Amino acid sequence: MSGILNSSIGRKFAMALSALFLMVFILQHFAINILSVLSPDTFNKASHFMGTFWAVQYILQAVLILGVIFHFVMGFVLEIKNKSARNVSYAKNNGNANSSWMSRNMIWSGGFILVFLVIHFIDFWIPEINTKFVAGDMSGLIDPTNLESGFRYHEELVHKFEPIWRVALYCVGFTFLALHLLHGFGSAFQSVGANNKYTIALKGVSKVYSIGIPAGFIFIALFHHFTGTH
Amino acid sequence: MNLTLKIWRQKGANDKGKMVDYQITDVSPDMSFLEMLDVLNSELITKGDEPVAFDHDCREGICGMCSLYINGEAHGPDRGVTTCQLHMRKFKDGDTIYIEPFRAKAFPVIKDLVVDRSAFDRVQHAGGFVSVNTSGNTIDANAIPINKHDADTAFDAATCIGCGACVASCKNSSAMLFVSAKVSQFALLPQGQVEATDRVLNMVKQMDEEGFGNCTNTGACEVECPKGISLENIARMNREYLKASFKG
Amino acid sequence: MALDSKIPQGPLADKWTKHKNTINLVNPANKRLIDVIVVGTGLAGGSAAATLAELGYNVKAFCFQDSPRRAHSIAAQGGINAAKNYQGDGDSTYRLFYDTVKGGDYRSREANVYRLAEVSANIIDQCVAQGVPFARDYGGLLDNRSFGGVLVSRTFYAKGQTGQQLLLGAYSSMNRQIGRGKIKMYNRHEMLDVVVVDGKARGIIARNLVTGEIERHSAHAVVLGTGGYGNVFFLSTNAMGSNVTAAWKAHKRGAYFANPCYTQIHPTCIPVSGDHQSKLTLMSESLRNDGRIWVPKHKKDVEAIRNKTLKPTDLKEEERDYYLERRYPAFGNLVPRDVASRAAKERCDAGFGVNATGEAVYLDFASAIQRYGKEQAHVKGLNEDDAALVKKLGQEVVKNKYGNLFQMYEKIVDENPYETPMMIYPAVHYTMGGIWVDYNLQTTVPGLYAIGEANFSDHGANRLGASALMQGLADGYFVLPYTIGDYLANDIRTGPISTETKEFDEAENKVKDAINQLVNNNGTKPVDYFHKKLGKIMWNKCGMARNEKDLKSAIKEISELRAEFYKDVRVPGEANEFNEELAKAGRVADFLELGELFAKDALQREESAGGHFRDEYQTEEGEAMRRKEFQYVSAWEYKGEPKNAVLHKEDLIYENIEVKERSYK
Repeated sequence: MSGILNSSIGRKFAMALSALFLMVFILQHFAINILSVLSPDTFNKASHFMGTFWAVQYILQAVLILGVIFHFVMGFVLEIKNKSARNVSYAKNNGNANSSWMSRNMIWSGGFILVFLVIHFIDFWIPEINTKFVAGDMSGLIDPTNLESGFRYHEELVHKFEPIWRVALYCVGFTFLALHLLHGFGSAFQSVGANNKYTIALKGVSKVYSIGIPAGFIFIALFHHFTGTH
Repeated sequence: MNLTLKIWRQKGANDKGKMVDYQITDVSPDMSFLEMLDVLNSELITKGDEPVAFDHDCREGICGMCSLYINGEAHGPDRGVTTCQLHMRKFKDGDTIYIEPFRAKAFPVIKDLVVDRSAFDRVQHAGGFVSVNTSGNTIDANAIPINKHDADTAFDAATCIGCGACVASCKNSSAMLFVSAKVSQFALLPQGQVEATDRVLNMVKQMDEEGFGNCTNTGACEVECPKGISLENIARMNREYLKASFKG
Repeated sequence: MALDSKIPQGPLADKWTKHKNTINLVNPANKRLIDVIVVGTGLAGGSAAATLAELGYNVKAFCFQDSPRRAHSIAAQGGINAAKNYQGDGDSTYRLFYDTVKGGDYRSREANVYRLAEVSANIIDQCVAQGVPFARDYGGLLDNRSFGGVLVSRTFYAKGQTGQQLLLGAYSSMNRQIGRGKIKMYNRHEMLDVVVVDGKARGIIARNLVTGEIERHSAHAVVLGTGGYGNVFFLSTNAMGSNVTAAWKAHKRGAYFANPCYTQIHPTCIPVSGDHQSKLTLMSESLRNDGRIWVPKHKKDVEAIRNKTLKPTDLKEEERDYYLERRYPAFGNLVPRDVASRAAKERCDAGFGVNATGEAVYLDFASAIQRYGKEQAHVKGLNEDDAALVKKLGQEVVKNKYGNLFQMYEKIVDENPYETPMMIYPAVHYTMGGIWVDYNLQTTVPGLYAIGEANFSDHGANRLGASALMQGLADGYFVLPYTIGDYLANDIRTGPISTETKEFDEAENKVKDAINQLVNNNGTKPVDYFHKKLGKIMWNKCGMARNEKDLKSAIKEISELRAEFYKDVRVPGEANEFNEELAKAGRVADFLELGELFAKDALQREESAGGHFRDEYQTEEGEAMRRKEFQYVSAWEYKGEPKNAVLHKEDLIYENIEVKERSYK
């Protein structure tokens, strides 16, 4: 068991596990974010809980960060290994004949997602951490001195999506996520050994998830951009 | 019909190779692809040139000796066939056809279009067998009934001809389809159960040592496999491997 | 030298057991001191190499392909016979023995055939234990089908890829021994001579086909499992690389060559499409279980079909001539191969061939599709009178049974055999002749053994379907590994055989000279030119029907072609590199000698038997006429040129079987 990460199948398995974890995370992230459209109040409560509950902040957040880092590092390691398994490339290669563009370009979709994530971190996560742990404001209020001012989360979100450049960036980012998921979702199941009579059904679920979730995120961004101007 | 061929020529394993253009005329649509190359070689020899070296033997799609990456696909554009069963009716007059060797670090070129696939043999040496003596003193063949579905699925996996199209087609030069076909065949049969743990661990270890890439589930291998070996075998091998890893 | 077949004394059924009990054995510690070379890694060579290694001998195995798994046994489709009697239809060892001797037209050795039938059941047990996925029924037990020339179902199969599955089984056993270091495998190596020291085979000279290097390999015994020589016809169902070179070199070193003229022409192959053709593709004999063979009754319909103004499916039943069912009502479409082939030739020669070249007959599945479709409709409780449904269901059944063959046919011919009958024509498929061996499978050179198709022993003048796989595996798994011990028991104190001797020098120099001659010949014509020409002579004059005049002219023409070959062949490239043309040239050079001996053998055999049909010797109904005075094996001794070969006769004695008119009517 110890050397499992030294084997090709072991690495794929680990890659798939981190992917499955990240997909659950994205689903959770989406579920909370869509509340910002459906019910700003609930959104605020959920955000406050996630942002202040110790188990989320100190355990789940750490696991998530490690998961993200692992997924990316392993992705690049595998790409380098796989590239080196063919030292002379074909003069003519007709990849479209036998596989999807998405499946052959996970490194590119993944790479763009990484760029997007970095921006997303700078944009949302760092200010958040700054507020909570550097400035020490754990209240979650618009004005921490005024208990009546209400939660800041929804307002901040709407505010963020005012500039069109940011909305465009999110649209592009989530498009790459969709492309990544279109192959990655099913691939993760195949890697953990699940290929059976449910695979056809799984393919349907994969499409719904891979297109639905990123489209939903894009919808949220657009919604706030067009409805949120004060 | 008349065709332009762009063929990889490489004198020996340590020489540099390049693509060379050839013209060929009066190709009959009923010819097989290799018969077309026979005609080309015959012309080259008569002219005093070196013929193009390529692997082939049974010419009926079962020995797995023929290879060739034709117009960007292993065994060419037709499905469910090896190069020897590909017929020229799949091409049009005036076409340009790229002919390259199967490419992978684990399959070094020997000459022109001939590659060394002995890595596949070494993977089999590592565990592609049931350790039963060939003395004939085994139990009666009908002593263990085997569910027809399992027997048929094992057969489907066992039809792999070891040609290497899966490796050639895979963007990562992964040999997972080939290895999983053998692992699956035995995993599905009671005779293969006894050594299942060691078999999958040893075969995968050898596969990795040979320098094949990792599987990223693009599915290209399944599409290009002349025998239609299913991706389910790879999933089965993943399961077998994980089971074995956690056990051992 | 008088031929001693070394058949053990005693009753037929006890010979093998008694023999095994009395021959010398080599103890396990001593086996480690003994090296055995096995050339060829098909069913016979592969299984022998694995078993010898398992017993403890040090095995060196050679194949010219890039892996042992490529040997042409892999292409065998239909199945493997075994007297298991799982179907309870009255099969037995004796019946398999009887069918095989009768099928071989009473030209095989009783004791060998009985042994073959006896060990046949073991093969199935062995292969199942190895994980060979044979076809099974819904109860999980092994399924059987029936094959030509027999009245029971004793053929085990794995769809249309039985040879592949059995070979991969043998290959897996080899792999286990290679992994243990007991077999040293030499891929892409071609044997070019046997080295005989003090009258015993002590090694081989081989060429590394990648580097061109000539190598010496020594051993205490040499086993040839190098297959048949059907490629002497250029067009055959053999692989492109299948050759007679190893067997022929052995012949030149003193091994007698037996019955070279016994060639099996398989009735169901895809017809030749043009001059570019490089090989012929077999459609398994199992298709004759369900397919019906016919040509039109009337010439006008033949013309119309050739002009494509009439579709075969539009021709009414009464306008068709199901000639096998007409001539052989008892066996119908399942007559043995030689009979079916000749009957096809007879119809085509009479002008009833259905393709442009006039050399094709139909193999029709329409009635099988109907029959199966009705059965399925009945089973599923659907309407048996719904023609479209019945056809669909029937096609599914046929697809299940023969799907891969139908697909192969469609790829090659570009016609859908589910909708229109297949076109088939006989093609060279298997050679019953081969190196003469005694009961121990030893050739006339001590220490040199021949197994599988490479020897002559078990099939007489005609082989029954699904018996080649049986013989290859029987020889390799269950016969040779024991009989060779009898010889090797005398070698336990010999120690390693040196390759630095004058015999190895002489053999290596001879091989090098022959190669240099070919490479430096500077002729004008490629090797294939001569091979194709040889093939035409063989097919036209030594093919399905032979006569004195043609055979005599064949001998002359082949000898002239051989002279022309050495004068005008062009072999490009160098000796010391990967050089496919050079390898081919060496093989064709040997075919050019064998072809002549073949014709000479056919000429001396003034009778018709099995695959050997002489126009002069036929009954009034056109059936083969066997002659009592030819009830012998012709074993040829090499004396310089094929024409000088000396004939030795081994009389065939039948004590347990009555030699009868072979009738399938």
